[in-house]
Amino acid sequence: MAYQVDKKSWWEEFKQSQFWKSIFRHGAPTDKRNQSLVILSNVFLHLHPVTARKSGIRISYTWCMGGLAFFIFLVEVITGVLLMFYYRPTAEYAFNDIMALRDHVPLGIMREIHRWGAHAMVITVWIHMFRVFMTGSYKPPREFNWNVGVVLLVLTLLLSFTGYLLPWDQLAMWAITVGSNMARATPFLGHEGPGASLLKVGEVSLVHSGDDVRFALLGGRFVGAPALLRFYVLHCVFIPLAAAVLMAIHFWRIRKDGGISSPV
Amino acid sequence: MDAFKQFVNNISSPQVLVTLAIIFFFVYLKFVRFFTRTPVFLAMLGLFLAFCGVSLTDEHFRSVVTMPDNVPIVGMIFLIIFFTWLSLRKAVDNDIRMERGEPTFEASESKDKLYTWPHLVYIELLCMIIATIVLVVWAIYLKAPLEAPANPTVSPNPSKAPWYFLGLQEMLVYFDPWIAGVLLPSMIIIGLMAIPYIDRNPKGSGYFSFKERKWIITGFLFGFLILWIFLIILGTFLRGPNWNFFGPYEFWDVHKVVPLVNVNLSELIWVKWLGAGLPKFFLQREIFGLVMLALYFGVMPLVLAKTVFRKLYMEMGMIRYSLFIIFLLVLIALPVKMYLRWMFNLKYIVAVPEYFFNI
Ligand code: HEM
Repeated sequence: MAYQVDKKSWWEEFKQSQFWKSIFRHGAPTDKRNQSLVILSNVFLHLHPVTARKSGIRISYTWCMGGLAFFIFLVEVITGVLLMFYYRPTAEYAFNDIMALRDHVPLGIMREIHRWGAHAMVITVWIHMFRVFMTGSYKPPREFNWNVGVVLLVLTLLLSFTGYLLPWDQLAMWAITVGSNMARATPFLGHEGPGASLLKVGEVSLVHSGDDVRFALLGGRFVGAPALLRFYVLHCVFIPLAAAVLMAIHFWRIRKDGGISSPV
Repeated sequence: MDAFKQFVNNISSPQVLVTLAIIFFFVYLKFVRFFTRTPVFLAMLGLFLAFCGVSLTDEHFRSVVTMPDNVPIVGMIFLIIFFTWLSLRKAVDNDIRMERGEPTFEASESKDKLYTWPHLVYIELLCMIIATIVLVVWAIYLKAPLEAPANPTVSPNPSKAPWYFLGLQEMLVYFDPWIAGVLLPSMIIIGLMAIPYIDRNPKGSGYFSFKERKWIITGFLFGFLILWIFLIILGTFLRGPNWNFFGPYEFWDVHKVVPLVNVNLSELIWVKWLGAGLPKFFLQREIFGLVMLALYFGVMPLVLAKTVFRKLYMEMGMIRYSLFIIFLLVLIALPVKMYLRWMFNLKYIVAVPEYFFNI
């Protein structure tokens, strides 16, 4: 034992190595300088400012709900990618793939995490909006970020809605049928919408069940294979990308608007 | 016990529950200082928990509440109750501080700067860990639902939209799809976006408060808690086959028959009151409804601008005021239409089925 006393521990040694230093360019964050550097030199942590007002850091102020919404979004991305390994968005395979996921994949709780995470994200986003409203944080200079948030809210609901169809069971098909039936009634653009019957050339109506907005959404007159593919692409590619971009703007604007709101 | 259940089932109907919710909502806000006191909150929460606990002994109630996709909504109810209380409690505390001439809780801390490492980062870490645990445990104990394979020829009864849209589906009872499914969602989105430009009150920014922002908070909470969350709860737990209404302990009987006796305003006036036939031409037939709408959305804003909202109108200017009043009148129109249905069986105020234009 005696020879260890004057030797540094292997951990201390490791922290002096070229390898460690190539990753972390500062010492342990135990003093002010290093507490700043850890935030500034890490791409993820630098979403935060180095210092912030105590009132805004308190969990009783933000409820951490925006942060949780973001975290759950990341969980959804990861579990979603895992699900994509097993799932094929066609009318023949979709349902069986989900069954197989349940019956054959060991330790399979990815579908559960993904589904309950989706519900949780909707709920956290609502509560986040509620908090932002109750603290008056939408007031100048944060009006624009509130608007970005509203779009994020819509995207969150659309993500959840498009994902609902993918298991391709009765629950999925009919929930989407009920939901998308509304589109029929879009004024002028849906074939049962007010005014649509006015849009005609001679006797030929321009808006009918074969070309209205619902048709565009579903790729057909009812929820079938084309709808499944469309929803899959929207769910796995387009909406997550759009949401990610908007979140980047959202977080950037929080900083540019002067950090978490506080009394003037 | 059975008598209690019978009683609850009997008084349960959309009109009774919505009315009770609205009354409770305004009484709560009126006496917000009393209701947000911790013992009062805990007592009310306890009562609610007791109600839930007792209800869980009922087989039907249990089967609806524990449906996998409904469990998150049960969780949401408790989260909403908690956070509504928390925010109003903090608002009331700040109101009292300001009355005493003291700075708000947030203001007393906003001069202190803390390093985000570790103060913020560790809160975030903790939240992430807790969220992960909750999600994993939830995922282990509750399997995601999977029903029979999709079959376009067999529609389940009830057919429900995903739960977060059930407030809108509930609105379908009172409005045509173009309003409930298209106009309202669009107005909700635009209305939310317009809030920062309509509410020009500089006070109450960056801290919880109620007194300084009474009206806007009341309006927002009414929309959020009653017209959104509460209707979702109704739609999820109390709407059964054929979208019929069922009490919390009532079996979802597919064959429950509810007579449809709804009439349009035009029929009510022309046929019932004037004893004449319905005019052929739709503009003449619907004239009363159209006039009512014109009065509500056209004349009322002007009258209000000259009277109750005079000061507001001066401060806001034309454009802001118009936006504000339209959103406000639509918000009020929703419960108004619901009550018209319940009281007079009124179906449409304006009915022009020729052009799918029914209001
Ligand atoms: C996917 C959805 C969303 C994510 C991931 C997100 C994320 C965040 C995060 C992490 C914050 C920092 C403070 C906090 O946690 O409260 C924040 C602040 C903010 N969010 Fe969101 N948000 C989302 C949706 C929304 C919505 C729906 C709204 C409003 C309609 C909104 C409006 C705002 C505003 C105004 C702030 C600044 C608050 C302040 O300065 O106090 N966000 N958001």
